[in-house]
Amino acid sequence: MTLELSLNQQPAHTRQGSSIGQPLTRRDGFLKVTGAARYAADNHPSGMLYAVLAVSSIARGRVAALDVEAAKAHKGVVEVMTPRNRPALAADPDAKDHPFMFRLDLLQNEEVRYPNQTIAVVIAETLEAATEGAALLSPRYEALPARVGLDDAESFVPRGVGVGNPAVQHKGDVEAGLKSAKTRIEATYETPAQYHNAMEPHAIVAAWDGDKLSIDTPSQGLAMAQGRISGLFGIAPQNIHIRSPFLGGGFGSKGMISGPQVLGVLAARLVGRPVKLVLRREQMYGPVGHRAPTRQTLRMGMDGEGRLTAIHHHAKTASSTFDDFFEPAADASHTLYASPAITTSHEAVRLDTGTPLFMRAPGEATGSIALESAIDEAAHACGMDPLEFRLRNYAEVEPMTGKPFSSKALRECYSQAAKAFGWASRPLQPRLMRDADGFLTGWGVGTATFPAIMFQAEARAVLKADGSGLMETGAQDMGQGAWTAFAQIAADGLGLDIDQVDFRAGSSDLPNAGIAGGSGHTATAGMAIHNAGAAVIARLADLATGNEASPLFGADNEGVVARGGRLYRRDDENRSESYAEILTRAGLTEIEGHGKGAPDAASQETYAKHAHGAVFAEVKVDPDFGQIRVTRLVGAFAAGRVINPRLVRSQYYGGMIWGVSFALHEEAITDRRSGRIQNANLAEYHVPVNADVPSVEAILIHEDDPYVNALGIKGVGEIGIIGTAGAVANAVWHATGVRPRRFPIRIEDLLG
Amino acid sequence: MRDFSYFRASSLDAARQAAALPGTMLLAGGTTLIDLAKCGVAEPDTLVDITHLKGLDRIDVNERGATIGALAKMGHIADHADIKSRFPAISEALWQAASAQIRNMATIGGNLMQRTRCPYFRGPANFSACNKREPGSGCSAIGGVTRGHAVLGTSEACIAMYPGDLATALVAFDATVHLGERKLLVDDFFLLPGSTPDREHAIEPGEMITSIEIPSSAAAHRSTYLKIRDRQSYEFAAASAAVGIEFEADGRTIRDLRVALGGVATKPWRARAVEEALKGKVLEPETVRAASRLAVEGAVDHGANHYKIELAPRVVARAILKLGETA
Repeated sequence: MTLELSLNQQPAHTRQGSSIGQPLTRRDGFLKVTGAARYAADNHPSGMLYAVLAVSSIARGRVAALDVEAAKAHKGVVEVMTPRNRPALAADPDAKDHPFMFRLDLLQNEEVRYPNQTIAVVIAETLEAATEGAALLSPRYEALPARVGLDDAESFVPRGVGVGNPAVQHKGDVEAGLKSAKTRIEATYETPAQYHNAMEPHAIVAAWDGDKLSIDTPSQGLAMAQGRISGLFGIAPQNIHIRSPFLGGGFGSKGMISGPQVLGVLAARLVGRPVKLVLRREQMYGPVGHRAPTRQTLRMGMDGEGRLTAIHHHAKTASSTFDDFFEPAADASHTLYASPAITTSHEAVRLDTGTPLFMRAPGEATGSIALESAIDEAAHACGMDPLEFRLRNYAEVEPMTGKPFSSKALRECYSQAAKAFGWASRPLQPRLMRDADGFLTGWGVGTATFPAIMFQAEARAVLKADGSGLMETGAQDMGQGAWTAFAQIAADGLGLDIDQVDFRAGSSDLPNAGIAGGSGHTATAGMAIHNAGAAVIARLADLATGNEASPLFGADNEGVVARGGRLYRRDDENRSESYAEILTRAGLTEIEGHGKGAPDAASQETYAKHAHGAVFAEVKVDPDFGQIRVTRLVGAFAAGRVINPRLVRSQYYGGMIWGVSFALHEEAITDRRSGRIQNANLAEYHVPVNADVPSVEAILIHEDDPYVNALGIKGVGEIGIIGTAGAVANAVWHATGVRPRRFPIRIEDLLG
Repeated sequence: MRDFSYFRASSLDAARQAAALPGTMLLAGGTTLIDLAKCGVAEPDTLVDITHLKGLDRIDVNERGATIGALAKMGHIADHADIKSRFPAISEALWQAASAQIRNMATIGGNLMQRTRCPYFRGPANFSACNKREPGSGCSAIGGVTRGHAVLGTSEACIAMYPGDLATALVAFDATVHLGERKLLVDDFFLLPGSTPDREHAIEPGEMITSIEIPSSAAAHRSTYLKIRDRQSYEFAAASAAVGIEFEADGRTIRDLRVALGGVATKPWRARAVEEALKGKVLEPETVRAASRLAVEGAVDHGANHYKIELAPRVVARAILKLGETA
């Protein structure tokens, strides 16, 4: 089965030349604004039941009793799934075969490891009955004291941080560098726990047919989800069909299948009917990953010219008591500023929370806000303009490894954004600018880097005798516009107009497109699409150039160009033939080609590959109230080739606004006695509203990078959040003279 | 689901009679009630829908004052031309409250019945102790997360903050709430928690808010509502002030002053000490700032909400001085 998406219902786009580079609007926009786009929870297979999670109200201990009878007696309740009757699994959910297999809470026992952990699942004829059934379970607990703060447990040095980086890394002699420095700074910054709040909470509709499993669920990694479910249930991956045409945001939380999603599959198995399970907003605060809190200390030394002599970036963070994910915050100092000596180090504690996982720019976002604040402090200590200081310490090679950059247009980012912002008139000292209404005004800058990562992907391309094309890859659109950007790459790869290409994605029965994460999806799946297109065009060219009846006869593969549904001889464009003519003559209804996307190992060894950016922020602070408002944000980003400038700009805007959120709004506030998060709802877990973001500008800096991949794509998904938070914090300092050391920055921090 | 009866009232009397029965709650815009039902705080047996009652959504403004029907929507009142010109603080309090979507649904009667955002009050599944929910069960907030809790009007039984904006402005201008036969000053309608925090309003079974009356005054005419918060919109006040001022003929000496605080107290908080200290005085920044400190006389903090004690007087002073500038 493939997805039937009417992606061509929108008006035709105006466009010249190739599809890549055009600012097309989202091809699925029409479906979304008319409500026709079907998200996972919109599915209602016949006979479907509703499952609702009952979750723990304690942080640590065990469930001593559940009133299952009361829940089952409630009208409409069909079954209550607990550790006693949960269907058997083929694999232990606590097994960890590799570092990226994260432990899941699937009712394996009565132990409670964090608040909001599932303790039972109530399955009923209606959502309301299941909800009331869950309340009627009235759990009784044996509770143990909760450990929720960075000082609540013994710290240790993790074996690895992030995706397996060493927890401690050195280059040069930091202590000697600090000793020789003319100026030194040392500062500690704290960032809070942040929780995923994608508009669409995790949802699943699962239906079993014997040993075959049909699933609708949002996923950033269809093949990984399929593999994980295959392992847990002991069925072949090809027996599991996952559809994920649309995600209402992912941001890392839907990268790996979460416990609640698997519980939906278990519930369907238990009752032998299709089951829908949708998390309530507050249930997002635990089982689907989060950004762990950090406490970061930076020590820096500078010589008489303001050149860094040493950077030591130390981060303390937290993981859960039962699994390992350590926010690699200090690693932000590996790539940004030149220094003869750099040490990055991490320590961690284990807390009674869900396992922290990937959240947009994990490590880079948290590390950047501390690093960019400290760089600002260092610039001030040297009496230098913060931008001048950053340029003085500009890294011509990757600081930690000494590798040359595959491309780095950061200077251009700085200069264009600074010019657009008007940075040149900034006074060096803080608290010198006021606007006409008396607000303290401040300007700050932050730098962004994010690695240009690629994973593995495959795609299948087909050309048909009617002259149209088909491109298939199991790619995932989280809302960022992948349906559109990939179709643009497909159109160019097939040498067709975009409206002649049927692009299919978002389903696990399509070729594995890898994960939509690490800002690597466009590059990875895009290269698979590009290569699949090239493969099928090569076959087509063979058919034409090898046939005497073709005007292209005699031209070898390199001798033809595919464009607008025709092959042309490169040396004589008057000689051409349409795809339809070539296939019809060959008596073929269609031909296909396959392509892969993967990082190039050789260039990986040689080059450091990163996207870069610079963000400038203006804030206004009420001098009496400490009320902060961001009034302007200007960012410039260089991230290789831009497939669709409209979508890329939108990614930058979203990232920059999240940066404002990081600096000023987002924070999970925990009751230290119970370990419970007290603002697990969108009324009190704050993100910026429109009124908080009056002016955002994103400048796209041209960058050709022949080394990252043949398409020259670096990825734009995460870099926007990096740099912005630091820029806002630095602007707050410039406005007030108060250096923010704890995030988010609140009224009380500036009341004086 | 948890069953309840739904009854659409055809007349005011029918609504009142139904509301007199235990376990019955009135349903208007639903923005508070449905929210409280979802978090398990409100568990009505019967809902009496009053949204179809005629004539309860009128907004009448004349020389004597404004009379606003209980079913008038927050958004309509905020945008009403005569309210904006004669009672600017009322309009400003309303449009700075909640979100546009909520203001288009929520009624003014329901707004007065809005309950605290204390997460312990709102989390019965997780915190069994709450004197407001279960008298005598204790207070989970004391010793917990308190950044948003009250510093004024608290008791040992409860420190929950009254979150509304409108009632703060109503209290400043001596508005009354009509409960059918009876009418009360809005200031008297809201009760201090004392030892009975479960009882928040002086409303009896069988009574229903029918309208609100705001008397005209020179102070209401020259008034403002200043709301300070971390986020620009859709956030409850860190501290707010409804202020109205009337000057003597010299344009500098304060004849009448009204000050009420929001976001800092267990009920809408009239700051009479500030008013008395400044009446008859010439409006000078230093005098105003000093007097504004009286707004938080007797304030008690619980750690994280200490900043409100510092912030609230500054908000009061700014609001008074701002009104003075327009003299």
